[in-house]
Amino acid sequence: MASLGSIKRQVTWNDLIFNIILYGISIVILLIVIYPLYFIIIASFSNPTEVANGKVWFVPSQFTVDGYKEIMRHSELWTGYRNTIVYTVLGTVIGLAVNIPAAYALSRRDLVGRKLITFYFIFTMFFNGGLIPTYFTIRDFGLYDTFWVMVLPFSVAVYHIIIARTFFDSSLPQGILDAAQIDGCGNLRFFFQIALPLSKAVLAVIALYTAVSQWNAYFNALVYIRNEDLKPLQLVIRNILITNQAMAGTGDGLAAQEARRLSELMKYAVIIISTVPIMCVYPFVQKYFSQGVMIGAIKG
Amino acid sequence: MAAKAAGEKLSKKEILLSAWRRIARNWGLYLLLLPAVALLFMFTYIPMYGIQIAFKDFTPKAGIEGSPWVGFEHFQTFFNSFQVKSLFTNTISLSLYSLIAGFPFPIFLALAMNQIRVKRFKQTLQVATYLPHFISTVVMVGMLLVWLSPSSGLYGNLAKLFGIQEPPNILGMAGAFQSIYVWSDVWQHAGWDSIIYIAALAAVDPSLYEAATVDGAGKWQKIKYIDIPFLLPTAVILLIMRAGNIMNVGFEKVYLMQNPLNTMVSEIIATYVYKIGIISNQYSLSAAVGLFNNVINFVLLLLVNQASKKMGETSLF
Repeated sequence: MASLGSIKRQVTWNDLIFNIILYGISIVILLIVIYPLYFIIIASFSNPTEVANGKVWFVPSQFTVDGYKEIMRHSELWTGYRNTIVYTVLGTVIGLAVNIPAAYALSRRDLVGRKLITFYFIFTMFFNGGLIPTYFTIRDFGLYDTFWVMVLPFSVAVYHIIIARTFFDSSLPQGILDAAQIDGCGNLRFFFQIALPLSKAVLAVIALYTAVSQWNAYFNALVYIRNEDLKPLQLVIRNILITNQAMAGTGDGLAAQEARRLSELMKYAVIIISTVPIMCVYPFVQKYFSQGVMIGAIKG
Repeated sequence: MAAKAAGEKLSKKEILLSAWRRIARNWGLYLLLLPAVALLFMFTYIPMYGIQIAFKDFTPKAGIEGSPWVGFEHFQTFFNSFQVKSLFTNTISLSLYSLIAGFPFPIFLALAMNQIRVKRFKQTLQVATYLPHFISTVVMVGMLLVWLSPSSGLYGNLAKLFGIQEPPNILGMAGAFQSIYVWSDVWQHAGWDSIIYIAALAAVDPSLYEAATVDGAGKWQKIKYIDIPFLLPTAVILLIMRAGNIMNVGFEKVYLMQNPLNTMVSEIIATYVYKIGIISNQYSLSAAVGLFNNVINFVLLLLVNQASKKMGETSLF
């Protein structure tokens, strides 16, 4: 009995050490992830000179909203903002309209040629024409430097199709389809009136994925968009955050110093206004993640 | 014999006929497939036809068909160029570094989260570690520039806190480029990548833990003998997928992080293809380099997939 007690004590002792390490490491991880983001927020409300002097650690120092005022004056930023919102909304609608029906059709075991068609999709994940041939194809279709190049040509996302297909495959009971078919329900009607309403979780997740990638898209615009009026937000903020990095550093005197100060401050504000909207989408969709959608990703 | 052959012929005909009937009955499904199939054909398969410009002296004026064939000339130009060695070294080393550094963290995070019993704290940790995933590459690199600035960023301030008045500018150090790239990626995506492992762990049968408790196993042992073996198949699949993509380093982040001081380590195949193709208009050369990279990647993927098939039942296709 005594030895059993000592084993038990040892186990709980070990578990205690385990918990101390576990929560200790977890808190460190939490700080490493959160603090740099928090720093951007407080820096955006602080006097840049204070930031540069290492005075900003936990709360804004010499509170100011000059950075946000400064971005109000940059009209190209707001054009980019408007464009990105349009691209994101339209791109998500088109993405869902293209990928979800295809995923449903591919989930049907009675689809003749299912294997071949699946291969037709999967193959493009591993091999493609490459940048230059694709570039000229876009030109040949007359889509270069147009609004549509941002939402249409690259809207097929095979990875999303696989996730949705697996979801349909595992969560729509065959019995419903059989019963509907006996009642004379056609495939299209079944898809729109029965399959879709039962699949809100996967729709939400695919919509989130598409919206995030549209909001953050940068490469296609870099290659295919020249017109300033069509440039998405990411391309505009790249100029502010990265390319113009060196430019603000030139010149002396008070005016130049002030400009440098403002451009520094504006960077923090730009980071925040360009990131907050898309982060706000996530909590609305989070509850759907538990509903078996991620399992689909594993199997796929 | 003859009658049997005729019977087979008939049944083949019947099979064809019934297949045709099934296709006709399911016409709606093909309609649902049509938009995706058509878009993929136009913007992914048609460009594959355009790959031939890698073997031609392509000019937009002459068009794909009108341009003269030159065989492997562009491939030779590429292999004789002074950059070829560093392009491959940079691409592969950056890729391997990402693979090795990025692989264990999501697993580690999932194992830790699975043990946390304080629900509030667990949720906070989860949401906090997912959030950076939603940051765009442009903003991510912008934040790196802000954080790591030796004069005004977090890095500079921390250095001053420890008494280093003029910390080295790590953004301009070629030697630091790969580490900054890889570890900021871990920071940004480890939380998100752990979701898949958390989902896998949620499927562990609770009676296994109960049995382990009865046998006197502590938390360490449960992780070692239940959780880790359970995650292994998922981990292997993900590792295979990433290993098959070693030649495919993402263009965006590298391109954005490039500056004149680090190009000798930051010029990778993807950025090179973009620069010579879209910026310098050497279309055929760019297409040749891109094709070469694509083919290596494809072969690599087939090899890795074959190897994993031999090892066990886990394979991609």
